[in-house]
Amino acid sequence: MIDSAAKAAARAEAARLVAHFRATGAVPVEAAILQSADTLLDLYGEDIRARAYVTADPQRGEMMLRPDFTVPVVQMHMDSGADPARYTYAGEVFRRQEVNETRPNEFLQVGFEVFDGRAPALADAEVYATIAAALDGLGLRAATGDIGILLAAVGGLRTTEARRAALVRHLWRPRRFRALLDRFAARVPPAPSRVALLAAADPLADAGPEIGLRSRTEVAARIATLRADALAPPISEEEVGMLDALLALRETAPHVLDALRDMEVDMPAIGPAIARLSERLDAMAARGVDVEALPFEASYGRTSMEYYDGFVFGFYADSRPDLPPVATGGRYDALTRLLGQGREVPAVGGVIRPELVVSLREGAQ
Amino acid sequence: MIKLGVPSKGRLMDKTFQWFAARGITLRKAGSERDYAGVVEGIEGVELVLLSAGEIPRELAAGRLHLGVTGSDLVREKVVFWETRLPVMAELGFGGADLVIAVPQLWVDVDTLDDLDAVCAAFRRRHGFRLRIATKYHRLVRDFLQAQGVADYQLVDSQGATEGTVKYETAEAIADITSTGETLRANGLKVLTGGLIHASQATLFRSRAAEWTQADRALRHEIEARLGI
Repeated sequence: MIDSAAKAAARAEAARLVAHFRATGAVPVEAAILQSADTLLDLYGEDIRARAYVTADPQRGEMMLRPDFTVPVVQMHMDSGADPARYTYAGEVFRRQEVNETRPNEFLQVGFEVFDGRAPALADAEVYATIAAALDGLGLRAATGDIGILLAAVGGLRTTEARRAALVRHLWRPRRFRALLDRFAARVPPAPSRVALLAAADPLADAGPEIGLRSRTEVAARIATLRADALAPPISEEEVGMLDALLALRETAPHVLDALRDMEVDMPAIGPAIARLSERLDAMAARGVDVEALPFEASYGRTSMEYYDGFVFGFYADSRPDLPPVATGGRYDALTRLLGQGREVPAVGGVIRPELVVSLREGAQ
Repeated sequence: MIKLGVPSKGRLMDKTFQWFAARGITLRKAGSERDYAGVVEGIEGVELVLLSAGEIPRELAAGRLHLGVTGSDLVREKVVFWETRLPVMAELGFGGADLVIAVPQLWVDVDTLDDLDAVCAAFRRRHGFRLRIATKYHRLVRDFLQAQGVADYQLVDSQGATEGTVKYETAEAIADITSTGETLRANGLKVLTGGLIHASQATLFRSRAAEWTQADRALRHEIEARLGI
């Protein structure tokens, strides 16, 4: 049951936050609560079924109660064609809680999204500083990272394109990423079945009946790919070591920047991403962010933020470790590419959870 | 009065009756083969409720049964937080079946989950949709594949004859219960190495949600003593 007074307080906080974002020029927008399940499933995969409520409509098929606003806001923006654009929104999102039943399954989100490709570093800084200002006085700890640097590091590995693509595909699934890296670096022996397959003169000789949509030709094509991969030299220990060192970086932003510049000597591919980080930090400082003390974790955003592919950030209440982050956000150019059918609009944004803001204020009193 | 739920037919019922009988508690159907009323002998205060094995997890979770025997796969699939809500009292050692992922034998290039994941990516690129895995164990399969970092697949619902879905091209792979693997082989499928999602067996569960009076709890301890658990 919803506590009416608590809900009213959350709505009032949401209204305050929307006004805060409108004051920076953001246009208020709405999104449907019922979203096409197909779109969300294609983007996030089956895993989203564990987090979102699915319902069915005899005409439209499976629908989901919106788990967040990102997808509908991106779709709305792509259809409108406005550029640049700044949006704000407020409304309920719905999340199944299969892991932690004490967490709410329905709560408010207030968002701020910037679609502006002219100066990404400035847009990153604008979103971060605007959200930080909205949360001023709550004593939150900031966390930041940059998935773009990880993508650049993987993209620069001296190995085959297929291996780099496989690693990028699993950048947001650290466990599988590690397993792939270990295999590509020959740190673990190949599975016995793989060895046998590659040794066979005609692996398809004893293949079973040809059933299913995946054809014999596709099987043969993958065997050819695996044979080529077996001939490729392993990713060097040196490169794996550098990648590990990069993933482990966790310091204040200026220290991380120094460390990254040292790493750039051996990993020139990360150069442009470091330049973006540097530019972003300058833009954040210009907006009054205390960059000297700003925490930076290279691996931040790898587990919870699919499709963020650049700057990522979150705000946490250290006094309340039981709470999820009060605000999260980041750059999601890749998402606009997937939803835009060929078009890509650089986009960065973040969301705040008003219920948590209210709860922290009450706790402070 | 303690309500004990037991599957209402088949080998699972017979074996459960035998398991209790071997421990001095007689469970049987009251009248004819078609009668679902149950009788308990050898202990006072226990009511036998005969119902579908698939409904026992729900009835336990709701607290309408105090104790229940069913497959551990069904409890894991249907009851969120089953570990805390339905503690295991005893594994009964029969009704064993493995929930596994199986793919066509034609896929000689696919043996591990690593392979399956790579094939999911290639399949999606080539066919324009996510590789379909037919199952009725949606939660178990999804949790397993998520933990293993497999992406770009979709689960399609199949409540029966799941082994046939690949042949009829409504799925590319399946996740289903098998005891010997015979049906899988007969349908041109093979089990993946590392594709064992859960080794299921008949299990006696206790409901924390049921109302346990002082007398019920005493009776439960007596049952536990009789069953040697």
